[in-house]
Amino acid sequence: MALYQDVIMAGFGGQGVMLIGNLLAYAGMDAGLNVTFIPVYGPEMRGGTANCTVVVSDDEIGSPIIQRPLGAIVLNQPSLEKFQPRIQDGGVQIVNASLVDAALVERGRIRSVCIPVNDIADRLGNPRMLNMVALGAFIKATGLLSLEQVEKSLSNVIASHYSYLIPKNAEALRAGYAFREGD
Amino acid sequence: MRMNGERKFIKGNEAVGYGAMAAGLRCYFGYPITPQNEIPEFLSSALPAAGGEFVQAESELAAANMLLGAVSTGVRAMTSSSSPGISLMQEAISYMAGSELPGVIVNMNRGGPGLGDIGPAQGDYFQSTRGGGHGDYRTLVLAPSTCQEAYDMMIASFDLAFKYRNPVLMLGDGIIGGMKEPVTMWQPERPADHAEAWQVDGAAGREKRLIRSLRLDEGELAQHNRHLAAKYEAMKAEARAECFLTDDAELVVVAFGSMGRIAKSGIRKLRSEGFKVGLVRPITLYPFPADVLETLAAQGKRFLTIEQNTGQMVEDVRLAIRRHADSEFFGMMPGELPGAEDLMAPMLDAVRRK
Repeated sequence: MALYQDVIMAGFGGQGVMLIGNLLAYAGMDAGLNVTFIPVYGPEMRGGTANCTVVVSDDEIGSPIIQRPLGAIVLNQPSLEKFQPRIQDGGVQIVNASLVDAALVERGRIRSVCIPVNDIADRLGNPRMLNMVALGAFIKATGLLSLEQVEKSLSNVIASHYSYLIPKNAEALRAGYAFREGD
Repeated sequence: MRMNGERKFIKGNEAVGYGAMAAGLRCYFGYPITPQNEIPEFLSSALPAAGGEFVQAESELAAANMLLGAVSTGVRAMTSSSSPGISLMQEAISYMAGSELPGVIVNMNRGGPGLGDIGPAQGDYFQSTRGGGHGDYRTLVLAPSTCQEAYDMMIASFDLAFKYRNPVLMLGDGIIGGMKEPVTMWQPERPADHAEAWQVDGAAGREKRLIRSLRLDEGELAQHNRHLAAKYEAMKAEARAECFLTDDAELVVVAFGSMGRIAKSGIRKLRSEGFKVGLVRPITLYPFPADVLETLAAQGKRFLTIEQNTGQMVEDVRLAIRRHADSEFFGMMPGELPGAEDLMAPMLDAVRRK
């Protein structure tokens, strides 16, 4: 089977889904793969969620828009309600356990990794890096790319005047990657 | 700006800007409108930095007429807008066609009619391929389905505009404009524009020239329009289409731009389930790749046209295949963001219906 992974990343505006979407796509490109990134706007934005879709493949990518994804990163409860039912059987979702009611998370049909990304980011000293924690967990769960590859691409998506934040973002990625449920 | 083969991760709108720079763009005129604002945003810094002129005009009318003026001097120039803004430019586009001027126009199609919405749509197919303004004329129309194609087609647009001395329109949509993909920045060999023969650049030492679309002398306009018709006939050599798995297909899906690439995903999935479906994706919308479709129709294939409108290109498909077959139609509405599954359902219906 050729390498193919798609993922919808969703949360409140400001949680940084566009940034990690860009980061994953950049890392895929730098790994020599085909990638697409599409932010969803218009009617889809109603309900207070922002989302983007990333596709990574070693083959030509047809649709950049995915109705039934193989993967999802869900950073808030409205996004869980919207996207969890759409995930394909056997797919994987990273769920923000800091904000999402664990009782609503599906188990069995899909693989769900519940990770308190807000709490982990708080502990690291910068609550805004919750998105990186989530992406780290996604990289771990899917094995899509190496953690190093994603870390290397941070400098492509973080503006040069914020480059001092890159080590901290890398730390947040690693924290998400190292997380084990039950910890 | 010389391109060095670098692979950049950029939006389709930015790819338009980079492609235009690679093609030797000297002047841009525009007025902001979603979903194409990254084109002027990019060019407002890149073009002056390369010694070109960037003007944010007071309106689309002004921008289109500035374009007419700039290309009259023989330089490579363009404008871009989205549907309602393109409607406002039609007078100048008609004048450029009548005056045989090589303006390049980019339309990132949004929902209509009227102000519509800012979501992706393909409702401007008729406007794009039937001239768009008044009078008996055509523009060459290219339709990208990837960010790389948006880059490549900007280069082709300028070459074709000067080759035929005719406006060239690139018709994208909000999906292509807003999505990001890796794009390889290549530097083309630029063909000679041969503008010396007609440009107005100061008449010192030569006969004066007049660029105009008004032709009042008896028989003058008739002769001119016959000349234009011959030119449009010659343009047919530029017709292009991508054929994907059509050789053994029972059902040929015809879709352009974003819908073309989304349909391709659906076709791959249906193929894996044993259904013989293929795709023809028109790359030029005018001239329309009718020969490709007619050849397939003569082989006994069936057709389904998919567009993000209520049925426009399907008329050209039906014209192309009329001696052998008809085409079914499936339309998405503006702002709907179809995935492969949305387009697979009508394909399955069509392929099962013998």
